[in-house]
Amino acid sequence: MTALVPLALALVNLALAAALAAALIVAIGADPVVAFDLLWFGAFGYGEAVGYTLTYATSFVFAGLAVAIARHAGLFNIGGEGQAILGGLGVGLVALALDDWPWPVVAAAAVATGAAFGAAWAWLPGWLQARRGAHVVITTIMANQIAAALMTWLMVDVLIAPHGQAPESRVFAAGSWLPSVAEVLAPLGLEVAPSPLNLSAVLALAMAAAAWALIYRTPRGFELRAVGANAEAARRAGIDPGGVVVRAMVLSGACAGLVGVNEILGVHHRLLLGFTGGVGFVGVAVAMIGRNHPLGVVLAALLFGALVQGGSELAFEYRALDRDFVIILQGLVIFLAGGLEGLVRPWLARRARRRATA
Amino acid sequence: MHDLLTLDAGIALAAASLRLATPLVLAALGGLLAERAGIVDLGLEGKMLIATFAAAAVAAVTGDPWLGLLAAILAAQLWALAHGLASITVGGNQVVSGIALNILAVGVTGTLSVAWFDLGGRTPTLARDARLPVAPWPDPDAGGLAALIGGHSLLVYVALAAVPLIAWGLGRTRPGLRLRAVGENPDAVDAAGVSVVRVRYLALLLGGAMCGLAGAHLSIGQGAGFLRLMTAGSGYLAVAAVIFGRWKPGLTLVGCLVFAVADALQLRLQGTIPVPAPLIQALPYLVTVMVLAGLGGRIGQPSALGQAWRRGG
Repeated sequence: MTALVPLALALVNLALAAALAAALIVAIGADPVVAFDLLWFGAFGYGEAVGYTLTYATSFVFAGLAVAIARHAGLFNIGGEGQAILGGLGVGLVALALDDWPWPVVAAAAVATGAAFGAAWAWLPGWLQARRGAHVVITTIMANQIAAALMTWLMVDVLIAPHGQAPESRVFAAGSWLPSVAEVLAPLGLEVAPSPLNLSAVLALAMAAAAWALIYRTPRGFELRAVGANAEAARRAGIDPGGVVVRAMVLSGACAGLVGVNEILGVHHRLLLGFTGGVGFVGVAVAMIGRNHPLGVVLAALLFGALVQGGSELAFEYRALDRDFVIILQGLVIFLAGGLEGLVRPWLARRARRRATA
Repeated sequence: MHDLLTLDAGIALAAASLRLATPLVLAALGGLLAERAGIVDLGLEGKMLIATFAAAAVAAVTGDPWLGLLAAILAAQLWALAHGLASITVGGNQVVSGIALNILAVGVTGTLSVAWFDLGGRTPTLARDARLPVAPWPDPDAGGLAALIGGHSLLVYVALAAVPLIAWGLGRTRPGLRLRAVGENPDAVDAAGVSVVRVRYLALLLGGAMCGLAGAHLSIGQGAGFLRLMTAGSGYLAVAAVIFGRWKPGLTLVGCLVFAVADALQLRLQGTIPVPAPLIQALPYLVTVMVLAGLGGRIGQPSALGQAWRRGG
């Protein structure tokens, strides 16, 4: 029974967030039933919508895993946004340099570079925390701002397409794009609606499986959890907490960097500003709802993918509600699951124990 | 670039820096109050943002900037109370609560601005008398010192006055002592018969009011209405200033001024120097990281910062 507490907790928090959001919808004079109905239809109502939902979910899996891995080591990586920006930059540079090569070559190089760029951007905050005592929460926030500024400069002054107006690079040669799921399945006789959903979705699932194996089935993962549970005890047991902190941040940053593979090589096929769109913060929500377990992260990423896709449809169909409405849901979920975690969880745990003993 | 070296240009730059520093100073002092009371406050951005919207919305509807100012303070305090519920009453994660409230502010201001005004995320442009008054004296056109201190919006002066006031209040008064004590050793405060919970809530509410002023300055003082994502990261800059300032009001002011001068220079020099503007905007964050790296992150940090307090816990 107690094993079901995380699931029940997620559901209670989601229900509370939905109830609060519904109250807000009523307060501004709109109809919550219509709104949630449109949200659902926009997310799952037809093939193309499902494709978009899964495309968003792919990025959220990477961002959620990034937060979850760091969390197991007791670290709060709020820098997913900046790490994803750097990852996308790495992916974009590889694609711009190699896009006359066939896509598998470009994809392999892009995955490696995107992960390396994201990892490098997370390494410094990790090192500063481990060796200089500078809190990773603060340094990753700073790193986010620096990454955004760096990217703005690169896109406006350096990487902008020749004669281009918008701050975007040239479009990569079509042969280097990461194939969409629809293209891959078509020769097999499977027809799915065209959408930006691409092979990085498979990479996301593989990363979730790898993260699970790493965290729960390897000595490195044990060290990670040991330091997260009690750094001092881990140190006495012969583990170097500083080294674990740096490794956890590097792994976390690598995961966040892979957001760039999906967004840049899979969806946009060019470098551009703002492709992250708050993914680092959604990652926090995803990891919280998923209780830092890779399977939970995948499920929560699906939920948030549906919210974002459904939310943009909702804003399109229902003028009274803006796209920002979904951000309210995200904020409420993070607040309820994280800020108020001490409110719902003990109550559920008590109930579960009472059932077990009764 | 030579025209920067004249006295008048220098004064113009200093005056611009003062205006840009105002929301940073107000918000940073608000964050400082919360953190000196032991509560991590990463929610400055959200409190400022909800205040910019509340101020502009109320000023637009009523035409009264004072009601707008009041609305800004109350809205930011509502956010502060939510943060208090999470960090003081429930003992939840203070970092997460602050960030959640920032995100919530983005969603709420975006949704309400569209639902109420339908201007694509703005509020109506405010007439002069729906905005906070500008100092009538000295006339900035008189040049010299008058150009530096004259002609600013009301809250510029409030921000400058708030620094010594809060430094004195924290350092020399009984409530200030209690506020610092709950941030250093809450058990001792509790043993002395003073409610830790009450002091921490009051610190958050006062800090919220400061963030409310910061937001109001942006939308009804300096600006003439609310724009989507109007705070644009200045709440995070204020957090950086508090850390840069080692949780002390005077040093925090220095941090804010350094950041503001960098920003004013960047605006002034756009296109005239080879360093691109976005990189200059990143400077305050780089400086903060370097300060953290060089001096260690925790010097000056209140001992009980981030720890939920329970009697006997």
